[in-house]
Amino acid sequence: MWKWLHPYAKPERAYQLCTTLTPWFWGTAVVCLVIGTVWGLAFAPQDYQQGDSFRIIYIHVPSAMLSMSTYVAMAIAALVGIIWQWRTAYMTMIAMAPIGATMTFIALVTGAAWGKPMWGAWWVWDARLTSELILLFLYFGVIALYSAFEDKQQAGKAAGVMALVGVVNIPIIHYSVEWWNTLHQGATITKLDKPSIAPEMLWPLLINLLGFALFIAAVTTMRLRNEIIRREIHRPWVQSLAEQKEKEHAI
Amino acid sequence: MQFDSLDAFLAMGGYGFYVWLSFGITAIMMVLITFQTRMEHRTLLVQISTEKQRKARIQKARKRQHDTQTP
Repeated sequence: MWKWLHPYAKPERAYQLCTTLTPWFWGTAVVCLVIGTVWGLAFAPQDYQQGDSFRIIYIHVPSAMLSMSTYVAMAIAALVGIIWQWRTAYMTMIAMAPIGATMTFIALVTGAAWGKPMWGAWWVWDARLTSELILLFLYFGVIALYSAFEDKQQAGKAAGVMALVGVVNIPIIHYSVEWWNTLHQGATITKLDKPSIAPEMLWPLLINLLGFALFIAAVTTMRLRNEIIRREIHRPWVQSLAEQKEKEHAI
Repeated sequence: MQFDSLDAFLAMGGYGFYVWLSFGITAIMMVLITFQTRMEHRTLLVQISTEKQRKARIQKARKRQHDTQTP
């Protein structure tokens, strides 16, 4: 596996891989998001307690779950960068931070818009909400620390350490609804053996979850390409790539 | 279909404001980050081509200077 994986540590190869993958991620993401959202908004049955307000679940749960997964993926990239000194790993880390922050922001906003009609408040300092807010600040911290250094290898190292330390927040978010007495409801679909949600409500949720994941993948590959170009801007292969692009646009 | 009419669909059983607020902000955020990423890509390519043009100009000027100094 290492032999197979290792060439992709080279920025040029990673760039090519991203170019191949991006359109596939986009296509599947759009299909999943359209199906999942239309199904969730118009065809899924009403909740017997929450009426139609429960439909926010179709964006709230995917964005919240994936804000955590993206953080873990980012931390793994940071770990790889620190252990094997892969520049590409740091680039991947910083490519994922803005989209992860976006997902966290979406989770917080949709949560607020769901909390207002159900709990009567946009925001409460509840364990789940507070730990998710800390996740947003961790993303900001990683981005800010990375941009604070002129030398990007140093920047990757510093931001990577911060990303790794922040991983401690992930289990706190996940178990916050069990460890503390929170207003936020407990897990619904991660109880894999017996999800406490009707299948006709669950399907669109799973499709949207996949759609959000593919969307994150698409944006990550696009941002990784930008990061590679920025770091390798004076290399001949980037120069010839830009030339090629110029020609394509001229025609 | 869970709704009888378009109005009922938009009203979302009285929760229309909250549901559409959530979906609206989500859509806006997703479009914004995509747009920002694309613009970044374009800016980088433009930067490369301007740098190249600048380099070519400098080289040309140097050559001209060289030609005039050595008749």
